[in-house]
Amino acid sequence: MEGLKVDKVVDTKGMLCPMPVVKAKLALEEMKPGQVAKVLSTDPGSMKDFPAWCQETGNRLLLAQEEGKRLYTFFIEKGKEA
Amino acid sequence: MPEKKRVALVASKGTLDMAYALLIIATTAASMGWEVGIFFTFYGFDIVNKKKLPKLKVASLANPAAPLPVPNIIGVIPGMTAVATWMMKRMMKKQNVPTVPELLDLCRKWGVRLFACSTTMGMMSIKDEDLVEGCECAGAAAFLEYASKAQMTLFI
Repeated sequence: MEGLKVDKVVDTKGMLCPMPVVKAKLALEEMKPGQVAKVLSTDPGSMKDFPAWCQETGNRLLLAQEEGKRLYTFFIEKGKEA
Repeated sequence: MPEKKRVALVASKGTLDMAYALLIIATTAASMGWEVGIFFTFYGFDIVNKKKLPKLKVASLANPAAPLPVPNIIGVIPGMTAVATWMMKRMMKKQNVPTVPELLDLCRKWGVRLFACSTTMGMMSIKDEDLVEGCECAGAAAFLEYASKAQMTLFI
């Protein structure tokens, strides 16, 4: 996403479920509401997992995109309660 | 903010594969901010037994889906369970899957409640000091009360 300020990059490439969401959670715990994490994943389940995870945690999924074969990028804005 | 969702899990199996199934669900739910409670009972108790935790195994015998797919007649040979376990652990490591103790650490970090079944403790003569950190000894009544307030209960 052009022009989007990323505060932290979370690289989970090569990891399987549940590690992409676990790593995202651990990273967001260190961040402030409104800050944005960019999560990289190669787990094919993550395109469904991150929208569901964000809905449950109250974080905002700004963008989910497939960069190539089995490489997914998620921009997540930390919510108030997460 | 609506009330926190809650999931209550029963861990009844003490094999490596079942420990993973259980702890992946538990850590994911906890990462979503859900309340999670696990009732460790019968063989599932091994997952919170310090002496048994490092020795969880998966067998080839009577397990057509085992990481080492061999006929049962070969699966009975001593050492085959150790080989299948070694293969599964190697597979997990290659795929960067955390170990069972690492997943348990995440559970503790996020406040997952670990209920150690008191009947199993008595039946199998397990001492308090055999329990991994963070366990609470409880009976079925305490767990049922906890589970009655959960949206989801899974028996694993």
